[in-house]
Amino acid sequence: MKYYDKLIFELSKPGRKGYSLPAGKWTATLSSIPENLLRSEPAPLPEVSEPDVVRHYTNLSGMNFGVDNGFYPLGSCTMKYNPKINEEAASLQGFASVHPLQPESTVQGCLQVYHELEKALSAVTGMAAFTFNPFAGAHGELTGLMVMRRYHLDRNDLKRTKVIVPDSAHGTNPASAAVCGLQVVQVKSTPEGLIDVEDLKSRLDDTVAGIMMTNPNTLGLFETEIREIAELVHGCGGLLYYDGANMNPLLGKVRPGDMGFDIMHLNLHKTFSTPHGGGGPGAGPVGVSERLAEYLPDPKVTADADGVYHISRSSHAAGRVSGFMGNFSVLVKALAYIWTLGRENIRMAGPLSVLNANYIKESLKDVYRLPVDRVCKHEFVFDGLADTSTGITALDVAKRLLDYGFHAPTIYFPLLFHQSIMIEPTETESKETLDDFIAVMSKIAEEAASDPEILKSAPHNTPVRRPDETLAATKPVLAFNG
Amino acid sequence: MAKIEEGLYYSETHEWVKPEGGEALVGITDYAQHALGNIVYVDMPEEGDEMTKDEEFGAVESVKAASDLVAPVSGEVVGCNAALEDGPGLLNSDPYGNWIVRVKLSDASELDTLMDAAAYAEFCEKL
Amino acid sequence: MGFSYFPHTDGDIREMLGRIGAGSLDGLYSDVPQEFIFKGEFDLPEAMSEMEVRRRFAEMAERNRKLTVFCGCGAYDHYSPAVIPYLTSRAEFQTAYTPYQAEVSQGTLRYIFEYQSMITMLSGMDCSNASMYDGATAAAEAMMMSIACTRKKSRVLLSRTLLPQVIEVVRTYAGYHGVDIGYVAADGGVTSLADLQGQLGQDDVAGVLVPSVNRYGIIEDLSGFADAVHAHKELLMVYADPSALAVLKTPGEWGADIACGDCQSLGLPLSFGGPYCGWLACRKEHVRKLPGRIVGETVDMDGKRSYVLTLQAREQHIRREKATSNICSNQSLMALYVTIYLSLLGKEGLREVNALSYGGAHYLYDSLLATGLFEPVFDRPFLKEFVLKSSLPAAELQQALCEGGFFAALATEEGYLSFCATEKRTREEIDALVACIKDFAHKMHERK
Repeated sequence: MKYYDKLIFELSKPGRKGYSLPAGKWTATLSSIPENLLRSEPAPLPEVSEPDVVRHYTNLSGMNFGVDNGFYPLGSCTMKYNPKINEEAASLQGFASVHPLQPESTVQGCLQVYHELEKALSAVTGMAAFTFNPFAGAHGELTGLMVMRRYHLDRNDLKRTKVIVPDSAHGTNPASAAVCGLQVVQVKSTPEGLIDVEDLKSRLDDTVAGIMMTNPNTLGLFETEIREIAELVHGCGGLLYYDGANMNPLLGKVRPGDMGFDIMHLNLHKTFSTPHGGGGPGAGPVGVSERLAEYLPDPKVTADADGVYHISRSSHAAGRVSGFMGNFSVLVKALAYIWTLGRENIRMAGPLSVLNANYIKESLKDVYRLPVDRVCKHEFVFDGLADTSTGITALDVAKRLLDYGFHAPTIYFPLLFHQSIMIEPTETESKETLDDFIAVMSKIAEEAASDPEILKSAPHNTPVRRPDETLAATKPVLAFNG
Repeated sequence: MAKIEEGLYYSETHEWVKPEGGEALVGITDYAQHALGNIVYVDMPEEGDEMTKDEEFGAVESVKAASDLVAPVSGEVVGCNAALEDGPGLLNSDPYGNWIVRVKLSDASELDTLMDAAAYAEFCEKL
Repeated sequence: MGFSYFPHTDGDIREMLGRIGAGSLDGLYSDVPQEFIFKGEFDLPEAMSEMEVRRRFAEMAERNRKLTVFCGCGAYDHYSPAVIPYLTSRAEFQTAYTPYQAEVSQGTLRYIFEYQSMITMLSGMDCSNASMYDGATAAAEAMMMSIACTRKKSRVLLSRTLLPQVIEVVRTYAGYHGVDIGYVAADGGVTSLADLQGQLGQDDVAGVLVPSVNRYGIIEDLSGFADAVHAHKELLMVYADPSALAVLKTPGEWGADIACGDCQSLGLPLSFGGPYCGWLACRKEHVRKLPGRIVGETVDMDGKRSYVLTLQAREQHIRREKATSNICSNQSLMALYVTIYLSLLGKEGLREVNALSYGGAHYLYDSLLATGLFEPVFDRPFLKEFVLKSSLPAAELQQALCEGGFFAALATEEGYLSFCATEKRTREEIDALVACIKDFAHKMHERK
């Protein structure tokens, strides 16, 4: 197929239009607005026909790769299948046309979605209450930390300004802590990639607000010392925050609430199958244990004894984090997913994701270097090729995978290794797909020895090849200018 | 092997200092530019800002990394190298020929806490 | 067994466990302390077939009352063309991740580049990011950005005429971020320049956030604001409805340094408050402090024009606790809605949308005043939204209107009643609303 290289602005021609609006027969016109309040020139938006628009964006979609196109083993992103019934439910007119400020009595259906989802997520995580106002994982983290701070402040415990973050954590953890006004204290990892409990002990005192953890951690390894970690942190008066980015392997098997976590967020766009949309919208609901429920941000949905839903506020709330009540239609999708799975099938979600990850790991560990050789959870990390003599990097492997029709894994994260290749298959991939991927990864390892040039110049079959990022960042062109 | 220029003072955070009268030029070393890769932006202080030894006074960014600039000496910033605004890559091509800030030293004795070329060479060797 | 989202047969599982050397799926959790393995029954419904799921959601959706919307206050019932859901539901857009692998993400990267371009065209600013969560959080990011741009300063002023939810979110972020919030008083329904001037020049003020169209629907005259603010090296931030910017003076023209708002008015469904799409833009000199994703143009190995995520050294995954913001994602798919909407409506269409809304809203305003039941609050220019005073009891009025099929007359904190009419509202609908109000007043009168 021919390479499509247009921007919508380049299809524009004065006089074309792509809309039809009713003829207004109003008497008042914009000309009665004082001149100095009006813009001097019209915005130079495109002038294109409807077929132009449809063809342009259809062509752009052809340059994209999604989960529906093929295997997407992007570590730490949980690119599982996005069920279509979820989309149908979310686009129902009865949901889509509701104004967020309508009176409670007219939005009982929407409020029921919040209530049902809170019940379902509480059951799956062992937490007592959820807020659905955060829009994304990072937003959930920030909200969770606000709850943590509000809790300490409310108890007049003003010294707690530090939050402990493992050195292997996602960069978002320390960034969220900083935005929330907390000082980040790093705790070291052991050579096995787990939290160094001795190092942790040395950092605990009455200035610690809490610890942020993923479990399994960013290497896909379960933090086996979690019981002791929870006792230590609680013992010094701190709270445990669970970053739900890695919840998928625990889905249906282990509940963060049971492990002693006080606050957590979930990425509905990871664990609960809502589409990533090329970067959003997602949803990052925050769950808390009973004693923290009153600190969740405003507003919140509650149900009374008669089954009537209300929008309520708490005088202890951590504040307000979104204009209305979060990404509502994403919540609909997650609830549809949970109801489709039901209490039986949800038990299989985590285990099958772990099965798939271990199957790839065991099949490839002779040709790729596996720094920590033990059972992983939903994902694992290779540190480049086993044969380090070829000079082939994680980037080369990733780019070559694109040629073979697979999305690349996450590379250069976690930072603990130089050539991290982080693979997360999810439970919705078949053995045949995994076998194909394993075969291609093995072939790439062979190519690294026999024909390294083909890797260094990969990809060869994609619309563009290794765009120049240095040029983009040195001389930024961030908007079309004729 | 990273280049090290004789006659300059060096910090452990890979800045170099070249005293000129009561002032000094500050830049980053060849080792630092090499570690960062292609530099795409230099975040510089403004003239008139005070910098304090061992505190950050700016940052150097490459495509996928960023490194704080840590003040090797204290003093008032009296000049910033405008050439870096359009040509941050100059720090890659000639790190010792392109200074970042000119500082009016508030305490010249701070230079004594820095390394000379030989000591810095030894320091880099161990990294 | 067998479940439609899991491809594994029993045989597959056996074979795979064999390769791994595990005896059972449970064996894959041998590293988890056994007391943490959940052995109970999940308090969830039994698995539902697709037909059951469809029925349950249809029932919930039907529990919402279908109302004709005559309210705005930050979410607007504008027309959305049929083309938008058709294109945005394409799997290649919807099921992709953030465009890290540029080679297989040119679709996403290109439409974000177009989105950024359109935001700069509407706002008159130099640079836009790839979008934010919503308008209120975009304003909070703008607040933090003004602190980062001015270094060392710690106070931000907010106009009292901003939408209440925007003030509340900015105040929440500021409280935790260690930023002191001050307020600029309203005078006659608009931000008071005199009050602002009295507060400027205090050492610690980083910037001030004022609305373009405010919580009362009034188009603010920001003449003199930029000069006043810049005289003290502080930043002017403007919160604006991007739909209205097709006709109104842009933040760029007012001299703003940072501008933000919510793109919901550009083709996004009301959807009970989300997902929407915040916008955030700035002048060139501040781009390195602009939070969030940014797409830039470059060339590939073969010299082909291509697009990548750029200026990444600002972001959380590199700067960690030193990043301007913790934000990782954008509202990419919603930015696609906006981009397609603006492509279709284009230069003329968006002006027509404003002209129709203006005509309808003024017809509604005049009709309401003609009933004798309402009084004007402010005599100021407005576009599609306005407030009135009335002696009618607000809660009962709203209830009666809901029963008549309308969402209108939302009571503000000050006790005013807020109305809005977009291009979707017809003369018949407006007349019916006014009749419903008169009917209510008549019944109230009789009851007395």
